[in-house]
Amino acid sequence: MTATLDAPRSKPAPRRTNWEKWGWIYMRASGVVLVVLIFGHLFVNLYAGEGVKAIDFGFVAGKWASPFWQWYDAALLWLALIHGSNGMRTIVNDYSTGPRLNTWLKRAIFVSTVLLILLGTLVIFTFDPCPTGTAADLLPSFCAAR
Amino acid sequence: MSLKSTDSLTPGASGGLPPTQKAGKRFSMPKRPAGTVYRGREGMWSWVLHRITGVAIYFFLLVHILDTALVRVSPEGYNAVMSTYKNPIMGLGELALVAAIGFHALNGLRIILIDFWSVGTRNQRLMFWIVIALWAVLMLGFAPRHLMHIFGG
Repeated sequence: MTATLDAPRSKPAPRRTNWEKWGWIYMRASGVVLVVLIFGHLFVNLYAGEGVKAIDFGFVAGKWASPFWQWYDAALLWLALIHGSNGMRTIVNDYSTGPRLNTWLKRAIFVSTVLLILLGTLVIFTFDPCPTGTAADLLPSFCAAR
Repeated sequence: MSLKSTDSLTPGASGGLPPTQKAGKRFSMPKRPAGTVYRGREGMWSWVLHRITGVAIYFFLLVHILDTALVRVSPEGYNAVMSTYKNPIMGLGELALVAAIGFHALNGLRIILIDFWSVGTRNQRLMFWIVIALWAVLMLGFAPRHLMHIFGG
């Protein structure tokens, strides 16, 4: 009777990345950051000053003239949309039991997430607070000095 | 087929009595209706609320990215859409949205404490009521001011 042994010091089979674990970690890490970012977002846009009544093009232009708010909102966009999409993926896995529908729902979530992140990022960083041909009363006050 | 979030990850855990009953009936287990694994009480309802608020916030987020993208199309177009957010019915919708976000945020922190704090699981029920209390304080601070913005005052 012979026993076979693996060759000594051979490398174990490479382990595959555990994406489910990284998704789990992402939900918690992004969640903590989002609590801070979204409470700040709600305070500035809905609580301070005139609240929702003050939000118009001039309000957004006043914020996005500063790189701070551009990056703040870009971080919100990426973190929140990926957090939400991963949550929706969990829900699809829970309730959509047919394998074909399950796959297609997750593809739809993935495609809409990629498109909206591209759109949102492009809007934030190609934004012009003083577009030509717009009535001055719609623009932030600093446009007159340009 | 991928795992469901409610699937048990420990093999054989479904056999025999649940651990809480093995431990000598220290907890009162609600009677389980046939065909469900939901166990009621704070643990289940916090999970249900987390799901419902999460889905609601997600669909608002999709709309919110699209309406904000209008600033790149035309200032007049953006202002026209934003004016719809300022009518009283949408104002109440914003109140509901903030309520949903407030609960999802605070309960999310509770979930993190359950996962990473050594006594988090033991205190999950107490932490649920702390979440509700903090949420109530938050809403008492926000609601009057927002309603004044919406209805004038």
